[in-house]
Amino acid sequence: MGLKEDVQNTLGELALDFLECQGDLSVTVPKDKIVEVLTKLRDNLGFNFLSDVFGVDNSVFYEKLAKAKAKKKKGEEDKEEEPQGPPPPRFEVVYLLLSLETNKRLAVKIQVPEDDLVVDSVTCLWKAADWPERETFDMFGIRFKGHHNLKRLLMWDEFPAHPLRKDYPLEGQGEERILEYND
Amino acid sequence: MAFQAYGGEGWLLTKLEQLINWGRKRSPWPLPYGTACCGIEMMAALASGYDLARFGAERPSFSPRQADVLIQAGTITKKMVPIFKRIYDQMAEPKWVISMGACACSGGVFRTYSTLQGIDLVVPVDVYVPGCPPRPEGLIYALIKIMEKIEKDHPLRKKAAEIGIGG
Repeated sequence: MGLKEDVQNTLGELALDFLECQGDLSVTVPKDKIVEVLTKLRDNLGFNFLSDVFGVDNSVFYEKLAKAKAKKKKGEEDKEEEPQGPPPPRFEVVYLLLSLETNKRLAVKIQVPEDDLVVDSVTCLWKAADWPERETFDMFGIRFKGHHNLKRLLMWDEFPAHPLRKDYPLEGQGEERILEYND
Repeated sequence: MAFQAYGGEGWLLTKLEQLINWGRKRSPWPLPYGTACCGIEMMAALASGYDLARFGAERPSFSPRQADVLIQAGTITKKMVPIFKRIYDQMAEPKWVISMGACACSGGVFRTYSTLQGIDLVVPVDVYVPGCPPRPEGLIYALIKIMEKIEKDHPLRKKAAEIGIGG
């Protein structure tokens, strides 16, 4: 039995979508069930190692997708217009899991809408999630509920923005760290 | 009259200045501040192959108090700026700064929100060494340039002007 079936059987309804690309399997799950899902995967399927947690900002990707769609539509105007759903959530958080016993990998994705940037922390399952979650908070502004020390990891504490968001300019907005220090 | 020897171009002054410069020139102790791959080249320059100690940089001083030449070898991020500035401020006068490599000189390829675009924005730089990273010969050349600069210095005259005697 393949990994996909295993995951499907373990998660059941919780597995919303599967994506298999170049031999790597990723599964999308509901945002508020992430702790439950990862607990199941860890305890039942032996994914006992958390490689990484990171965020993705899909805003530009969706924009391009919408543009390409609009262009296509212009070409074949006789087709009826499809009903437009709500725009897909802007952010994703990806958890990379590794099973040290079977040497199998799995990516678990959750989608995070821009107006609700709070995700449950998985530091209760893996202590290794501590710094990656801080980095995700630092770079994307996604907050992790239940994290014991959620402050910036890479940028300094007073830094006002979240630099890996796509609307943040590469060269920054002129933020400088204040040079003064107290002796 | 009595202080004339200290001002102007008196014999005592020039000879004493030469003596001080001779001493300073031949013992520019470096403070190695290696933050990136330039640090590896700096280590190579300090090690036996290139042996920076031949030029008096005998002991890499990891304490800023006992260092004369700050060798900034590598990228300085904006987060690191206060620490870097503090270390520079802790160095005792006289002090010189070598900006080694493209990152230290101008930010290099890292034209991003997190990288300081040249250390001369926060500290005065004496010698810039281009390269990514520069070879150890480049660093040695920079150190020789520092030595030439020391040789042309007038430490006593500066001091006399500071306390307001001589002319």
